[in-house]
Amino acid sequence: MVDILNVSKRFGDLEVLKDITIHIADREIYGIIGQSGAGKSTLLRCINGLEDYQSGEIVVNGVKVNKKDEKALHELQRTMGMIFQNFNLLERLDVYDNVALPMKFWGIDTKTPEAKEKIEGLVRMVGLEEKLHARPRELSGGQKQRVAIARALVLDPKILLCDEATSALDPAITRGILDLLQQINKELGITIIVVTHQMEVVKQICRRVAFIKDGRVLAEGRPEELFVKPEKDVKKFLQSDSNLLPAEGINIQLFFTDKTDEPIITMMARELNINFSICWGKLEDFRSSVYGSLVINVKEEDRDNVLAYLNRVGVAWEVL
Amino acid sequence: MLDMIFAAFRETLYMVFWSTIFSILLGVIPAVILTLTAPDGLKPNKAIYEALSLVVNIFRSFPFIILLVILIPFTRFIVGKAIGTTAMIVPLTISAVPYVARLFENSLRETDPGVIEAARSFGASDAQIITRVYFKESVPRLVNNVIMLVISLIGYSAMAGTVGGGGVGDVAIRYGYQRYNTSYLVVCSLILIVFVQLVQMLGNYLYKKLS
Repeated sequence: MVDILNVSKRFGDLEVLKDITIHIADREIYGIIGQSGAGKSTLLRCINGLEDYQSGEIVVNGVKVNKKDEKALHELQRTMGMIFQNFNLLERLDVYDNVALPMKFWGIDTKTPEAKEKIEGLVRMVGLEEKLHARPRELSGGQKQRVAIARALVLDPKILLCDEATSALDPAITRGILDLLQQINKELGITIIVVTHQMEVVKQICRRVAFIKDGRVLAEGRPEELFVKPEKDVKKFLQSDSNLLPAEGINIQLFFTDKTDEPIITMMARELNINFSICWGKLEDFRSSVYGSLVINVKEEDRDNVLAYLNRVGVAWEVL
Repeated sequence: MLDMIFAAFRETLYMVFWSTIFSILLGVIPAVILTLTAPDGLKPNKAIYEALSLVVNIFRSFPFIILLVILIPFTRFIVGKAIGTTAMIVPLTISAVPYVARLFENSLRETDPGVIEAARSFGASDAQIITRVYFKESVPRLVNNVIMLVISLIGYSAMAGTVGGGGVGDVAIRYGYQRYNTSYLVVCSLILIVFVQLVQMLGNYLYKKLS
């Protein structure tokens, strides 16, 4: 469990985190999303003590993250694995030795049969048993990230921190890494905190997400909630193409969930006996469910009728 | 002539070998301190970094021949005498220490900062990061540095004649240059050229093999 309570941090005069409060439950996959420079990576670094913060507190599994108490922090870091955008593997060590490295830092003998079994088991789990003695330079980006994941798990952490872990990978490879993270979350029961600027990542694996802008949490909730009725800044981040909409009439955006079974658009046209045009639409895939959004353009005089109808059938809407 | 030159070559090897060893042992310490206290280091400390950096620069800018003379009392204190091949190792080492410090510092600091951050995230101590990350990742670059060091020490050892230190360079100057004996000059130069070439080839081979 990770509790972030009113955390603020500044670099000199620059306030990078402003009064951030987030609670992350055990075994959850939690997303922190925002543009680069929003402070999300800094927040992640504060969670495992790579960075200090000035006020508020971060409590991980009941222990406060405190850079002054080096010994306690040290022990805490052992329970948190971390993976990075640029993988950060040691170029001169092969896959096996890279995975073994954190054990060496903790004085664990890596020559014992148990240690060997553990390291090889993790390498097998990430699907790289054929590359056990390859050097990082012989591996592709996706394979390097898999090695980094195995390395992050070697100390049996309770939490896995992912800092833009798929940002350097192409979409197909990203998918594979996300599947692996989900598998780790399910099978090993590890809490995963994902920092990313890619909406795709959050949509595919996160149960909850916080949207951060200028060091502040602007919205928090399930990813589909963020998408279905986005707050102004979130919408800008999602870059919906609403600026291409017609200037005349009223533009209404409708949000459909997978519980919407009725053919609402055609029903509405028939029932209200009006005509309108469909301007823009999008389907989004959230883990197992699909959410859609549609922008229609109606005449000024039909506005109230249409909105009343939408309320009646229970479709979320927004006038643009 | 050849016997004499071979004996001199053995002296050169002796001086270069020991001064290489000692200067690495002594140069590693300031190199590590510079790496740690540098702005991008694990324990950034501007005052220590700048002060040590200045000392390194001062020693590096001394002309070797002057250092050699200045150090005579110190050499006598360490070795017991100020002339001879063994005595030569002292000024060679002293002149090479700041050189090693700077070369090693540059090589260590080339280590990918991301890798260092990863090590920190797993709870590695500073000492572990120095040995298991900085040094481990820098081995090919450090080997390159040692090769450069050996080659420059071969060059400096030619001045050993000043203190009766012997060596190939000394023979080349005294017999070849000062006595107008071209064949000495040619043979000595050839030996040094071949030797430096071999050292460089060995270095290139090791660099490839290690990286």
